[in-house]
Amino acid sequence: MLTVDNLEKTYDSGDKALKGVSFEVSGNEIVAIIGPSGAGKSTLVRSINRLTEPTGGRVSLDDTEVTGLDKSALRDVRRDMGMIFQEFNLVERLTVMENILSGRLGYLSTWNAFRRNFPPEDIKRAREILSRVNLEGVENNRADELSGGQRQRVGIARAVIQRPKILLADEPTSALDPDTSREVMSLLTDIAHEDDIPIIINIHEVDLAVDYADRIIGLSDGEIVFNGPPDDLDQAARDEIYRGGESIADREEPSAGSSTGSDDVIAERGD
Amino acid sequence: MSNSTDSWSRFDRRERLLRFFGLLAGLVILVAAWRAMEVNYGYAVTAPRELADLFGRMYPPNVGYSREIVGPLLETINISILGTALAIVMAIPVAFLGASNTSPNKPAYLLGKFIISFTRSVNVIIWALIFVVIFGPGALAGVLAISIRSIGFTAKLIAEAIEEIDRGSVEAITAAGASPIDVLIYSIVPQIKPAFISVATLRWDINVRASTIIGFVGAGGIGVPLQTEINYFNWEAVLTILISILGLVLISEAISAYLRKKVM
Amino acid sequence: MAAESGSAVEGSWERPTVFYNKKVKYLIYGLILLFFAYSFWNLRISPSRFVRGIGAGVELVTSMLPPAYTPSQRDLLIQGIVESIVMTIVATTIGIIVSVPVAVMASNNLSPKPVYYVGRSIVAVTRSLHELIVAIIMVKAVGFGPLAGVLALAFKTIGFFAKLLAEEIEDIDRGQMEAITAAGGTPVQTYLYGVLPQVMPRIVGLSIYRLDINLRHSTVVGIVGAGGIGITLLNSFDKYDYQFSMAIIAVIVAIVMVGEGVSALARRRIQ
Ligand SMILES: Nc1ncnc2c1ncn2[C@@H]1O[C@H](COP(=O)(O)OP(=O)(O)OP(=O)(O)O)[C@@H](O)[C@H]1O
Ligand SMILES: [Mg+2]
Repeated sequence: MLTVDNLEKTYDSGDKALKGVSFEVSGNEIVAIIGPSGAGKSTLVRSINRLTEPTGGRVSLDDTEVTGLDKSALRDVRRDMGMIFQEFNLVERLTVMENILSGRLGYLSTWNAFRRNFPPEDIKRAREILSRVNLEGVENNRADELSGGQRQRVGIARAVIQRPKILLADEPTSALDPDTSREVMSLLTDIAHEDDIPIIINIHEVDLAVDYADRIIGLSDGEIVFNGPPDDLDQAARDEIYRGGESIADREEPSAGSSTGSDDVIAERGD
Repeated sequence: MSNSTDSWSRFDRRERLLRFFGLLAGLVILVAAWRAMEVNYGYAVTAPRELADLFGRMYPPNVGYSREIVGPLLETINISILGTALAIVMAIPVAFLGASNTSPNKPAYLLGKFIISFTRSVNVIIWALIFVVIFGPGALAGVLAISIRSIGFTAKLIAEAIEEIDRGSVEAITAAGASPIDVLIYSIVPQIKPAFISVATLRWDINVRASTIIGFVGAGGIGVPLQTEINYFNWEAVLTILISILGLVLISEAISAYLRKKVM
Repeated sequence: MAAESGSAVEGSWERPTVFYNKKVKYLIYGLILLFFAYSFWNLRISPSRFVRGIGAGVELVTSMLPPAYTPSQRDLLIQGIVESIVMTIVATTIGIIVSVPVAVMASNNLSPKPVYYVGRSIVAVTRSLHELIVAIIMVKAVGFGPLAGVLALAFKTIGFFAKLLAEEIEDIDRGQMEAITAAGGTPVQTYLYGVLPQVMPRIVGLSIYRLDINLRHSTVVGIVGAGGIGITLLNSFDKYDYQFSMAIIAVIVAIVMVGEGVSALARRRIQ
């Protein structure tokens, strides 16, 4: 069971992204977190495994308090939480198999990681998961050769091979087309039921949330303004969540700077 | 790829063998290379200590000595500037020869290309050796060494800029009845001027570094006192010189980067 | 170009200048000219010396041609070239091994500020000193011979390799690292799986490039006693044996050109 208790996050810039968020997730529940851009959805899921360090409150997984663990204990508890990313975050130049197996890195010594030497049961499991996510036959392809939907399924496989106690997904469908989005959502619900683990999914599309989630948490400006089954999400609740959503200024995308250093190359060649 | 479900490897058997032997060959070459150097292991083992020792003797830098290196430093700067200027003067005709759209004929084009790659392939210190034999020790040899060495680089980049010239505007001006000289002034020069300035400043930056060492073979600049002080084991003076060189190089790099940014 | 100025008289037009106005422009040009004149005067190049030099130059060129060597000189030549190549290989290997951690230190996205500044300083110092200066110091530290040359070339390799690799590292996709961290990977595993695959092509490309540059430099560091063909060249000049000098220079030029060609070809194959 995951318990989030009065969680707060204030960024160095002064942005109060989370203002005391509390909820619980257990069983094999699918919880969708919805809310306008900038509401703090990403901050929330990333604070659960402390990819973003929360500035207040508590997160506990079963009997372990995640907040307050030291680095090495944090790595151990992260093995129990699988994460799925919006941009997939596959290591693009590695094969599909390596990407999936990288979910087991938390259990591997550095030397074996260096030699890509994974134990046989991990490899066996990787093959099982490959067929579960319908990716048989592409294990030796490089990740950057796959389509978006395939990539996200690799991302899911990487999280599932961890044998996590919970899955965290930050907008897993935003980079996909509508049909593929539905495939990914139903794959996630299947996994929740088959492996009997809960999933927290950040999601933009309210319709998808309503169709697939068991419970919906509405986040607005760093606070929970709705927490209940999809059927209760009436128009009033939607207004409450999205009210003022537009007024939040667009955030800057990190620009992909490409410095080639060509001048330096020329200069070095020069003498 | 193996069929068993609990084994997987990134490479198949053949690839693995290839990689293994590739790695092995690399290691063998490396070991062979190391052994071929016939390094005296006594030296190799004590090298870190000797280096630390050397730096220990260098510190603190001899501040009083800094007055004596002002002259050689200025000479270094002068050599770099004059060498670069002379290089550009010589590089312009070479560039026009070596640019496919301005070269008068094939042999001239090949000559241009040959000058470009030959001058580039001989290191500045070798040019300095040659010019010291010809003109005797001193800054003149340095300026010439720097300038000849730089022809290839400058001519090559200027030739590339010439090759990218927009023929349209050349035609337009020619069509208006302009002479070849007018075409040069009104169309070609404005088009290659930014490239020209950035090549000049970039090369000057490189030449500042080169000017610090041609003194080792007697071709002037800060390298002359540096070698003298090293030979006399005046390590504190050596550190003073090294710091001044570091400063000079960093400043010239900043100036050159600023100028290039400005013309871009 | 249509800079309108109120004082412009009808029928006259002046080209706008990048300087504040024409006076400043001519002032700057004047200063530049003055500086050239001063530089020239400062070098005390007398015309008579120049003319005498031309005569000496003609003499030198005729005494250099044709390039020639005795059998024992041929052995010296081969020995020197082999030593240069050998130094190149060892120095490049050592240099790259040291450069990789320096590059990580010198990249602002992987290293905390103090470490970053240390890394940048190492890069700045190793870049700024010319290879012959480094070589002459190494000779004093470890004695005449190729070891000094190897140390000098390896030292210079750091400035080049670490700088360009750090720029590449600063451009990596953080998401790929984050995914490994989220799965419970240690920092070393995160570097191995989340960073290294992304920068590997650049490492290979830069290594080949640097091999080429070190080959060039290895032919001249001998002039200050740091091993390779350079010392043979210096000796031939000292003995006025200009035909042999010419032969050595010709061989150096040939090797440098071959090295450049092979390096360019190899880098194109990789891309
Ligand atoms: N690294 C950061 N540094 C400073 N402020 C941040 C950072 N990341 C997010 N914020 C701020 O925190 C708030 C919540 O951001 P968050 O990314 O959690 O929102 P979100 O609900 O996931 O939005 P979206 O739907 O656009 O992904 C925003 O106001 C944002 O500007
Ligand atoms: Mg988000």
